[in-house]
Amino acid sequence: MIFFDRVSKVYPDDSVALSDITITIEPKEFVSIVGPSGAGKTTLLKMLLAEEYPTEGEVFYESKNVHDLSKKDLNELRRKIGMVFQDFRLIPGKTVYENIAFTMEAAGRSDAEIEQDVPHVLELVDLASKVWNFPHELSGGEKQRVAIARALVNQPDVLVADEPTGNLDPVNTYDIVQILKKINDFGTTVILTTHNKGIIDSLGKRVIAMDKGKVVRDDKEGKYFI
Amino acid sequence: MFWTNFKRIARTGFMNFWRNGTVSLASVFMMTVTLLVIGFILFGSAVLNTSLNTLRDKVDITVTFVPTAAETDILSMKHSLETLSEVSLVTYTSREDALTAFTARHQNDQSILTALAELNGNPLGAELDVKAKDPSQYQSIADFLQSQSTLSTSGVSIVDHVNFYQNKVAIDRLSSIIRAADKLGLAIAIAFIILSILIAFNTIRLTIYIAREEISVMRLVGASTAYIQGPFVTVGIMYGLLATLASLILFLPITYWIGKVTANFFIGLNLFSYYLHNFPQVFLVLLGSGAFIGAVSSLWAIRRYLKV
Repeated sequence: MIFFDRVSKVYPDDSVALSDITITIEPKEFVSIVGPSGAGKTTLLKMLLAEEYPTEGEVFYESKNVHDLSKKDLNELRRKIGMVFQDFRLIPGKTVYENIAFTMEAAGRSDAEIEQDVPHVLELVDLASKVWNFPHELSGGEKQRVAIARALVNQPDVLVADEPTGNLDPVNTYDIVQILKKINDFGTTVILTTHNKGIIDSLGKRVIAMDKGKVVRDDKEGKYFI
Repeated sequence: MFWTNFKRIARTGFMNFWRNGTVSLASVFMMTVTLLVIGFILFGSAVLNTSLNTLRDKVDITVTFVPTAAETDILSMKHSLETLSEVSLVTYTSREDALTAFTARHQNDQSILTALAELNGNPLGAELDVKAKDPSQYQSIADFLQSQSTLSTSGVSIVDHVNFYQNKVAIDRLSSIIRAADKLGLAIAIAFIILSILIAFNTIRLTIYIAREEISVMRLVGASTAYIQGPFVTVGIMYGLLATLASLILFLPITYWIGKVTANFFIGLNLFSYYLHNFPQVFLVLLGSGAFIGAVSSLWAIRRYLKV
């Protein structure tokens, strides 16, 4: 489903972010990518969304090279990949409802669908009571749940979560991981990057370990160690 | 889908405008300043044009004939003047009319009237008032008169004097002032308009800079360029519309005050009545500039954040 083919990224100052990465991710997989800061985890995810361009190699999504897509097709692709960030990246001027509705509007969904799906997805992340709050009125855990709801509402094929628990306390972290597991159980491919050893050990799913822009281990049912 | 998107963009634009109240207010204020500058330039050029036209109107050449000149000679000269392409109007004042006008002009000056009465008869000659199409053409008209002035049926000059040479310095100066004012006025207007557009543009750029994170998030959830730009352009146009309204209202007391203070100075033009009389044009120019500056600034400023 997703195929990184010998991908390298070297920045103009000669710092190497990724070096000869080859990874295949199958549908419905739950893949954790671990590694210290600067290992290249986030750059790898940015490659998938064509936010960054590789210096060498290619990235395929369902056998299409994502960096060759037209603007329109790239927008289509991004609607199929839900994205969750460590710093939440909610739109500050929009309420919880509007943040999620915006994603659906951008995908060209009808008003009726939006009115039906937004409350539903907010229930899924247990935030039905905060529909009309603005992001600054929410706690970190709540913001992240809104971000997940936003990523999920278009029923994406893949959910990419870039250190989603990095800013959260253990209780919220546990909640978020449970939500991600539930999403994966429904059949969505999940790609998660994290520093958190506890999460990885409790998941018992595939773990890819990276260091200095290289894949150093790729275990089917991995534990966190590098 | 088009109408749904249009509706959503407009709604989001209104909402963003309302929720960022302080930023919106500041932007509308800056835009109002820009539109005021454009309006003042509009009024300035109107004042300049009217004043110059009035001045132009006041310049003419008066040919005074000797009292013994025959009316037929004078009328034939009038006719040959009228055939000149530079001449726009020739007015004939007969000796009698000249005397009537002279008496009327000095009706309160007893000594002059007494002197006139003692002369026993009309000492004044007939006059031709010549108006040129352009002040710079008076020289050639005067040259023509010079060449004609010796001609008469009896071989004696019928022209007493031509006042052009007395007025020449003033006429020349006026012509050059008119030319300079036209050029300078245009240059200043362009400079001020560019300057104020830049200020408005920068203000809008700042408001979009504040939203740059937001724009990249919109990109990453797959929103199309037009769908991201739409609300920002809507907000830009709203700045323009509200600023137009504000300037139109502000111009009422401003032109009223300026009109009162300068009515004597700007010959024959009251700025307030000019404003009221030309309200639709002023409204359209300001509205057009405001909406255009708002929309184009937004489009231009958002471009760099859409590259994700």
